[in-house]
Amino acid sequence: MTDPSSIERHTFDVVVVGAGGAGLRAAIAAHDAGAKVALVCKSLLGKAHTVMAEGGIAAAMGNVWSEDNWKVHFRDTMRGGKMLNHWRMAQLHAQEAPERVHELEEWGALFDRTPDGLISQRDFGGHRYARLAHVGDRTGLELIRTLQQRAVALGISVFMECTITKLFSDGERVSGAFGYWRESGRFIVFEAPSVVLATGGIGKSYKVTSNSWEYTGDGHALALAAGADLVNMEFVQFHPTGMVWPPSVKGILVTESVRGDGGVLRNSEGRRFMFDYIPEFFKAETADTEEEADRWYNDKTNNRRPPELLPRDEVARAINAEVKAGRGTPHGGVYLDIASRHPAEYIKRRLPSMYHQFKELADVDITAEPMEVGPTCHYVMGGVAVDPDTGESDVPGLYAAGEVAGGMHGSNRLGGNSLSDLLVFGRRAGLNAAYAAARKRERASVSDDDVRAAAEHALAPFSSTGDENPYSVQHDLQEVMHSLVGIIRTAEEMQQALDKLTELRKRTARMSVEGHRQYNPGWHLALDLHNMLLVSECIARAALERTESRGGHTRDDYPATDDTWGTINLLCRLDGDSVNVRQVPLPSMPDELRALFDEK
Amino acid sequence: MGYDLNMKVWRGDATGGELVPYTVPVEEGEVVLDALHRIQATQSGDLAVRWNCKAGKCGSCSAEINGKPRLTCMTRLSTFERGETVTVTPMRTFPIIRDLVTDVSYNFKVAETIPAFAPEKRRDDGTYRMQQEDVERGQEFRKCIECFLCQDVCHVIRDHEENKQAFSGPRFFLRYAELEMHPLDTNDHRKLAQERAGIGLCNITKCCTEVCPEGIKITDNAIIPVKERVVDRSFDPVTWLGRKIFRRDQLPESQTPTLPQD
Amino acid sequence: MAAPTGIQSPSRARIAERTLRTDRWWLAPLVTFIGLTAWVAYATARVFQQDHYWVAEFHYLTPFYSPCVSVACTPEAAHFGTILPDHALIPYAAFSLPFLLLFRLTCYYYRRAYYRSFWLSPPACAVAEPHRKYTGETRLPLILQNFHRYTFYLALVITLINTWDAILAFNGEDGFGIGLGNIILVGNVIMLWCYTLSCHSCRHITGGRLRSFSRHPIRYRWWTFVSKLNTRHMQFAWITLGTLALTDFYIWMLASGTWSDLRFL
Repeated sequence: MTDPSSIERHTFDVVVVGAGGAGLRAAIAAHDAGAKVALVCKSLLGKAHTVMAEGGIAAAMGNVWSEDNWKVHFRDTMRGGKMLNHWRMAQLHAQEAPERVHELEEWGALFDRTPDGLISQRDFGGHRYARLAHVGDRTGLELIRTLQQRAVALGISVFMECTITKLFSDGERVSGAFGYWRESGRFIVFEAPSVVLATGGIGKSYKVTSNSWEYTGDGHALALAAGADLVNMEFVQFHPTGMVWPPSVKGILVTESVRGDGGVLRNSEGRRFMFDYIPEFFKAETADTEEEADRWYNDKTNNRRPPELLPRDEVARAINAEVKAGRGTPHGGVYLDIASRHPAEYIKRRLPSMYHQFKELADVDITAEPMEVGPTCHYVMGGVAVDPDTGESDVPGLYAAGEVAGGMHGSNRLGGNSLSDLLVFGRRAGLNAAYAAARKRERASVSDDDVRAAAEHALAPFSSTGDENPYSVQHDLQEVMHSLVGIIRTAEEMQQALDKLTELRKRTARMSVEGHRQYNPGWHLALDLHNMLLVSECIARAALERTESRGGHTRDDYPATDDTWGTINLLCRLDGDSVNVRQVPLPSMPDELRALFDEK
Repeated sequence: MGYDLNMKVWRGDATGGELVPYTVPVEEGEVVLDALHRIQATQSGDLAVRWNCKAGKCGSCSAEINGKPRLTCMTRLSTFERGETVTVTPMRTFPIIRDLVTDVSYNFKVAETIPAFAPEKRRDDGTYRMQQEDVERGQEFRKCIECFLCQDVCHVIRDHEENKQAFSGPRFFLRYAELEMHPLDTNDHRKLAQERAGIGLCNITKCCTEVCPEGIKITDNAIIPVKERVVDRSFDPVTWLGRKIFRRDQLPESQTPTLPQD
Repeated sequence: MAAPTGIQSPSRARIAERTLRTDRWWLAPLVTFIGLTAWVAYATARVFQQDHYWVAEFHYLTPFYSPCVSVACTPEAAHFGTILPDHALIPYAAFSLPFLLLFRLTCYYYRRAYYRSFWLSPPACAVAEPHRKYTGETRLPLILQNFHRYTFYLALVITLINTWDAILAFNGEDGFGIGLGNIILVGNVIMLWCYTLSCHSCRHITGGRLRSFSRHPIRYRWWTFVSKLNTRHMQFAWITLGTLALTDFYIWMLASGTWSDLRFL
């Protein structure tokens, strides 16, 4: 079974791992650049977590507000990330997003329209102007379907339900990848000079999350194991509004569009509490009375934004504080009310999936009663440190795009910037991976010894005689991360978390799985757990190191934002078996961009 | 309030299988998928279930619950009587892989035969102009989450394996309808809809519409309009004559994509 | 015996049951079967009765005999001339009834109803059908279902005639008047219009066939109107069966002298 000659082998120019928005866009770009591309994904094609994105794609097209342009978008993004973003990524992102959206339309996407027939754009937290191209509240589905259909029409080879567990290197650069077919449990080897990671995030390490089972940090861990750096891992975004009831759906996302379209947050006393949580940093641009906030929806020039539309980290912290102060709802959230703000017809038209989701899962009619919401782990800002223009990591031939790449969003991501990130950097990574593959003369090759080692590692849980069940290890890991490295952190708790992670790692060595290799979720989880533990350790170590609060990283013991930390990135690297964290200076932006922040 | 749920879950593979009884402790507000996950975590770690988002948005966890094609993540346990046994089987139209997981590759093969969207040129300012009413019909079809429950319930292939060669199924009639109603598309897809997708095999008995978890009116809004368009092209002498005399309705016929790897 | 197909194909999960549905899935097709059979039986009996179709006093003509074109028709009831010979097997309204029958026979709703309840193809969703082979509507005779739109055009004309009948019925032997019969006739005609205009072919013709609605605003409004009706096509299909039978029965009772009309004016 581990005999390398019996294992299925393929040769490609570019292997893209992950078929969400970034992976699909990368595969299309690499194909367009002339490369022979393999698209490998853990689930069926089109099921990736991108489908869960609801609100829209942020792109300064200026269709609704002609004042909008890439500079404003750039500024919003940097400010939303508390200036810790890689300026070049934020710049490219803001400049190229509009063309990426137009491209989607050319490939068949049907966006909502403005009265003069252009793509409609909606308001979202942290964005100065209505900027999110959208399709009701299912924009992610539209994006993935459009890219999926494009990829199929181009004839790109897709390897569905196939999990990559190891990247190969020939000493200088990446040379391929090793994986297994979920369906049969058989192994597969790809030989390729370029590999693009587009595996998404890490949310499944948390108890309450909006992420699906796939989000086990595979790409993060593969990159670490290949020798790449992870940047900004301490920043994990908790989306302020996830469902809190019933328990089985706790964490499922409630789109920010609810607030973008006029929904307001109230505590159990009926107070719009967000007015009590406007930070100094955003005072100048945030309304301080309900009247001004309500006027803003129709007159953005003369009024300031409602505080419900502050960046996600601010809103999530505020909700957390309200619940802690005993002003929460019976199920431990706060009220998100759109029913009293708009007629039922409007709500059903603008937020059809939300209506459906609450009706079906919680038996709540959002056109008649408020929703109960609370923070849920949603997104990791941290990821593989890449070159902004090419998406290449420190490891030659290894690229990353989308959530698995770091730097773009700094310490906090604005809603809507994720879908545009996927498109902009997915395309860049795909193109550059293809170019690099074309430049390389000799074929990539993988040694039999490496294949055998990878196969033996993958089969280990079957030969183990230990008594640990992977499901209970996962359960305990989620508990640790949720309660000790969650939305509010302290040094003491994170130290505890690190101890527990070491313990969990020992337990994984004793994991055994029942049954055989064919479609065995217990086995799959056992393999994924290694990645989850490794990435969790990065988060905890980086978070312990950063002794300040900023964006998606809030320290109870260091509640203030510290300017000296504002120029420092934390990089994680694997050193043998342990994770090392080091400080590097943040790349500094050119003066003409810096000048944008001096203007009003 | 928690209680014990009696379940029967089909377990097996291509060589055979059976309905295995389980007793699962469940909580109020849970769905069938929660119960299956609890079986995995506490009783049978290798129970094969396909799932992703658990919020009715990805369409992975399709199965048949008490004989009806449904998403297990959207089937609340409160819809059953206390004491009722909940039977879960895999979809019975597709080849079985293991337990509740079926081989749905038929659908992905059909997807490869759907003609690509071929839009007119962009305007000089780089945009397309369409009104909301122009996109709304297509938007309904694009709500599809590809759970393939409509394909599962469709008797044309459920009850007649041999028809899989000539029939694309409701999911893909949505694609034809979408292309045919797309204001920017420049091709005529009716010949393919008739000859490649086999729309004539559909006898509009509407089960696809009944099971669609997204509430898409597949039969009324997609299949029948495509059938009517095929009538325009192939069965209606008056529109045929009109086409010939007035040179109307003269778009080039679309092709299935030719795959470069072949 | 041929190799098993459908849900018993060897590649599929081996489950012996034809369906695992636990609800009363057989009820709906059974009700449809009984309903349609009963209606057809009643209609056939009445059409060949060749009597009691005209209430001379109030000029009520039952839709089952409209237009009355047989030489045997009561002259006052024959608004469009008499052309057909008198024969026990030729209905008096032989120019309309066959086409109305075809209109309903090829109607997208009735197709669903009788394919399910009479032909069991399938009897209900996820319940295996008994037939070994299936070719859908690709061969004769079912390929003729594609001519539904022509029967729609004819049905439009006939509905106009029914409307004309209902208008004429306000002018009886003693001039203008309104009775319960008028209300029933008008109600029936309104429902017939709803059923006819909600037809799927009509929806296609009025605007469904267009690619861009914004370039054809008037047809878009028509299409929107027809689409709203169309969502109730099934309801109208059953309601009109009811109103047709009721209208006919009421006129039969009047014409045979069993009842007398309730007059308001």
